Amino acid sequence: MNSKIKQLRELENIIPFLAYQRINDEIILVVSSDKLLFSLNLLKRHIGYHYQLLTCISGVDFLDKNYRFSVVYDLLSLTYNSRLRLKVFVNEITSVPSSVEVFINANWWEREIWDLYGIYFDKHPDLRRILTDYGFEGHPMRKDFPLSGYVEVRYSESKKRIVVEPLELTQEFRSFSFQTPW
Amino acid sequence: MILKKKELLRELKNFTINFGPQHPAAHGVLRLILELDGEIVERADPHIGLLHRGTEKLIEYKTYLQALPYFDRLDYVSMMAQEHTYSLAVEKIGGIKVPRRAQAIRVLFLEITRILNHLLAVGCHALDVGAMSPFMWAFEEREKLMEFYERVSGARMHAAYIRPGGVTMDLPLGFLDDVHQFAAQFNYRLDEIEEMLTGNRIWKERLVDIGVVSSKKAIDWGFSGVMLRGSGLPWDLRKTQPYEIYSELDFVVPVGNRGDCYDRYLIRIEEMRQALSIIQQVLQIMPEGPIKNTNTKLTAPSRSEMKTSMEAVIHHFKLYTEGIILPFGETYTATEAPKGEFGVYLISNNTDKPFRCKIKAPGFGHLQALNEMSKGHMIADVVTIIGTQDIVFGEVDR
Repeated sequence: MNSKIKQLRELENIIPFLAYQRINDEIILVVSSDKLLFSLNLLKRHIGYHYQLLTCISGVDFLDKNYRFSVVYDLLSLTYNSRLRLKVFVNEITSVPSSVEVFINANWWEREIWDLYGIYFDKHPDLRRILTDYGFEGHPMRKDFPLSGYVEVRYSESKKRIVVEPLELTQEFRSFSFQTPW
Repeated sequence: MILKKKELLRELKNFTINFGPQHPAAHGVLRLILELDGEIVERADPHIGLLHRGTEKLIEYKTYLQALPYFDRLDYVSMMAQEHTYSLAVEKIGGIKVPRRAQAIRVLFLEITRILNHLLAVGCHALDVGAMSPFMWAFEEREKLMEFYERVSGARMHAAYIRPGGVTMDLPLGFLDDVHQFAAQFNYRLDEIEEMLTGNRIWKERLVDIGVVSSKKAIDWGFSGVMLRGSGLPWDLRKTQPYEIYSELDFVVPVGNRGDCYDRYLIRIEEMRQALSIIQQVLQIMPEGPIKNTNTKLTAPSRSEMKTSMEAVIHHFKLYTEGIILPFGETYTATEAPKGEFGVYLISNNTDKPFRCKIKAPGFGHLQALNEMSKGHMIADVVTIIGTQDIVFGEVDR
């Protein structure tokens, strides 16, 4: 573990990361979005790191923060058997450069984040929706998107086709949060 | 309308067909748009999301314990492997210790799950390619394994057995004897399946040199599990980043050298044999002791305790209404699920509900390489490649 930290000190000289976190032996670097591709490329190709496998990219929504979204890149180095996490913070109007040119498997992970969070990836070759239905509107994983959604879909026997109608609930959605009063 | 013969030919050259979503070889609800040149696949564009249930969103509205059963329903053929990853993630953030007997039980069931998954993978793969009988034999064995699930948890599939802090219940009397009996005969069942397939000329013609992935490509595409090992990379999280009691157990990680579908089939068979050996080792060392963390703030007290102790009743009530409260923290925890690296990226914010729970499903990563793997192959080979990737839509679509 100590050698890993030493490595990171060296890393600081090459990668301009904004912050560094360590939670239970998991190392997290925060970089700015314009330095993202450079950092990913370096981590992938540098002989001392070799984070050549992109495990996944996840989006997180912190609703009331200034930079609302964070995009998290999980990297794995098979050579050194270590994991590293890279974070980028963005908001609704800023975009993230697409990392498809560095990691080809970033393609679907970025499509998923675009679909569920509405974070735009610059220069992505094929930024379509992936998980939600054809013609879906909105980005469902955002914290301000209600759990029940806005529309319901059913087959109409009279029209002989699928119809989309505004949602009607007989009971409001109830969220039980039991905060300990003492 | 007069068409010249030459123009007509040019127009008919490429055509696009729709494969699925209701096709038995699509393993669920995969919709593939195939661009064909004759019978050669030029481009395959998978359309996924037809089984999207918003698991990640739902989990954000559930307590840590209520979120657990969703993990059974992701990859619905390797249920406990996923519960286990989630439990590990919760335990990591909460700093919850797991007693040794619980760890042994977990490993026992993880390996049972591995056999369960690979039996379906090999069986359905054979069915897709045209061999009917191995599928039937595999499902007979699966039934026996699901009976083990049922005996510990009451449910054949969606067990919710491995929970943060340990496992739900202790093993019933005589359970280990029956597992032993199963393990003693299972090798012969595997031999039967292998006799039917491994040397079979038709099976080999359909699998050898189909869907070849070089080791470099496998890393580029972010593969894990059998897909990575089939390309010659000896990477198994049970060995490289061991969890539970895997570091004490003796097993071999099979690795392919050609990276084709046939290698991956052989690896699955060998992994089942290794899983069997792990099960037998666990049966030998199964320790005595508690089956879950005894801190009643984290796990429910036992039934008998609740009959006599007021405090136990209060703890039970608090645990099932309010749930566990995890401090601020985040973790990416990954384990070697039968299909590959299954990861949970969990963010907690000092409440009883997860702030974010990202599920990294191995199938999602594998399926996006389908285009590249099937390019230049015949249309029938697409089915073989889907089979070898061992896609289950519960986890791909989440």
